[in-house]
Amino acid sequence: MFDSLTQKFSSVLSSLRSRGKISQNDIEDTCQEIHQALLEADVALSVVTSFIDTIRERSLEVLPTLQSGTNQAQAIFEIINQTLVEILGAEARRISFAKTGPTVIMLAGLQGAGKTTMAGKLAKFYADQGNTPILVASDLQRPNAVTQLQVLGQSIGIPVFAPEPGNGRGDPVQVARDGVQFARVKLHNMVIVDTAGRLGVDESLMKEAAAIRDAIKPNEILFVVDAMIGQDAVRTSQAFLAGVGFDGVVLTKLDGDARGGAALSIVQVTERPIMFVSTGEKLADFDIFYPDRMASRILGMGDVATLAEQAKKAFDPDTAAKFETKYASGEDFTLEDFLEQMQAMSKMGSMTKMLAMLPGAGAMKKQLDNFDEREIVRTQAIVQSMTIAERRDPKILNGSRRARIAMGAGRTVTEVNSLVDRFSQAQKAMRQMRSGKMPAGLPPAMTGMGAGMGASRQQVMNVKKSKSGNPAKRAQQERG
Amino acid sequence: MGLFGKIISKLTRTSNASAADWDELESALLGADLGPTLASKVVSTARSVKTDSAEDAVYQALLSALSTKSREISRAPSGPTVILVVGVNGTGKTTSSAKLAHYLTSQDEKVLLAAADTFRAAAVDQLLTWGERLDIDVVHGKENADPASVAFDAAQQVVAKEISFLVIDTAGRMHTKNDLMDQLGKVRRVIEKVVRVAEVLLVIDATTGQNGLIQAKVFAESVDLTGIILTKLDGSARGGIALAIESELGIPIKWVGTGENAKDFAPFDPQSYVRSLM
Repeated sequence: MFDSLTQKFSSVLSSLRSRGKISQNDIEDTCQEIHQALLEADVALSVVTSFIDTIRERSLEVLPTLQSGTNQAQAIFEIINQTLVEILGAEARRISFAKTGPTVIMLAGLQGAGKTTMAGKLAKFYADQGNTPILVASDLQRPNAVTQLQVLGQSIGIPVFAPEPGNGRGDPVQVARDGVQFARVKLHNMVIVDTAGRLGVDESLMKEAAAIRDAIKPNEILFVVDAMIGQDAVRTSQAFLAGVGFDGVVLTKLDGDARGGAALSIVQVTERPIMFVSTGEKLADFDIFYPDRMASRILGMGDVATLAEQAKKAFDPDTAAKFETKYASGEDFTLEDFLEQMQAMSKMGSMTKMLAMLPGAGAMKKQLDNFDEREIVRTQAIVQSMTIAERRDPKILNGSRRARIAMGAGRTVTEVNSLVDRFSQAQKAMRQMRSGKMPAGLPPAMTGMGAGMGASRQQVMNVKKSKSGNPAKRAQQERG
Repeated sequence: MGLFGKIISKLTRTSNASAADWDELESALLGADLGPTLASKVVSTARSVKTDSAEDAVYQALLSALSTKSREISRAPSGPTVILVVGVNGTGKTTSSAKLAHYLTSQDEKVLLAAADTFRAAAVDQLLTWGERLDIDVVHGKENADPASVAFDAAQQVVAKEISFLVIDTAGRMHTKNDLMDQLGKVRRVIEKVVRVAEVLLVIDATTGQNGLIQAKVFAESVDLTGIILTKLDGSARGGIALAIESELGIPIKWVGTGENAKDFAPFDPQSYVRSLM
């Protein structure tokens, strides 16, 4: 997500950090580099210019007040971050529910932006929170859009109101109106209306969308836009704002490596917040948009907040408490704990996605792409093929035990050996952490995870180290 | 007046166009999604062209960014010509496959369509509906069937029935998903057990920004692209990203899609495209 943009920012900022004292020229250079990075990221030229102007102005204002001993690069970095957060919308906005009757959400956007899939995702998201949404198939234009919505609805157990077969037949305005009425009668508290994709320049279709809007008076109109969109984002979003109007933006296909600069443009130009993001083809690949997290992400600071939230969801309080007691009592970290942590982590979702949220993940994109999710399953198989005694004390693992484990797990002895090695590294790291030699960063299971992770782990560590803004301290770290 | 009309007339009027004027042209090119690299290249070429008319200079600079490769469909020397249609989600692969099949039938060719997008809900139905409308046979499997097996079936059919063209619609896939890209490679290999794939066309949505360049690179690596279908040119987007792809990777734009109807599809004409861009 925003990966390439992140990489650019990382390099700009590290070059800024490498300077002891920052001059006006340095700020000018930084602005130039960010200018280029944003253009390559598809941010509209006018938005780039105003963004750069703000950063320049604020940085120059702050510069004289900074003592050369303090961390100047960090202060400039803060300004960039702050400005980004401001543009992205300062704080996350939620759907405003209707006071009486069903909350009506209407989706609009270009063809192929992902409206129909988004309708399904929204329905699932709100149904999971205890709402009773229905989906209304008002896209009667695209061949089989109605069928697609029906299939989606069926797969998540959400009713789909689809009286018309579509494929050019039927009146979408009537369908939308009847759909809302249906929800009202059947006491559903939410209606999500999927509409046909249309071009910003197509006046007749735009009028149709406006007619649907007038017929159902939606509480929220969401403009669905593909994160890969280029400079047309500005024209298109303005056309939709004028033609139908919208209250919020949904960014789709953020699982690609699109730089997503359009997000900045749209928010700036339309003054409408991004409310949701979609990050994959599965119906669960969906989240609320957090401007501060996204800004951190763009700047390569990682998305630790989201990661922490997912971790909280995955680790039940009992397990967490158990680990804490264990950790405090000075008991050793065993393969059993290792296994338990790994299982909890796999509950958090795809390892690649999670690792991508870590600070500095932009720099290890290649390794992440090559990370094999099945590695976790293999590692689990190996640990589960051990006896309890072996898990508690891997030192007793002699050749014949290792051969037996390999056989049981269906892996090779070499793989068993490498797991045991990695585990002892993790164990060592745990002991060091306890004695305060290393900042408690990654969960031990993560540092010891999978063979494919060797290189990435190294990088995570490096990135963490390079975070020191104090040049003397950093030099020391580099020597060490 | 086109996108650059105002700037060009300004460049023409002033005998010595200032740097600011050329900057303005560069901004306009950026606005058309050519990207910073190509935009500055076009401006510097235009500045160096020796001609009285600024319009002509820009026109030539844009044309020189295009590939000289043939834009004709590359037919198989013998046997059926197999065309694989690929791209990221939502660019218009299914519609383009149907339109391409329709175009070929209108040239009195026998065409078979294959619905190898077995992933997206109802994608097969979408192609079947097109097939019905256009009176073209569509080979399909069950939902979630292996796309390679559908493509293989279709390839066997075109060989057995001596049909001259096979157009295969594939599922949209993000180029960042390695497993899905591998799957595409497999689809191609499986087809080639029966018949060689003559064309692999990447569908690029005209609204796509600079990410299109990365998409094209990654798809080219895994399936060896032979051309581009530029879709949704009927909107306000200019599709300059296709120019950037052609200029950087040398993959020619072969077709353009300009609407929702089967007839809104035509071979790419560089001159008229560049004119419309200006």
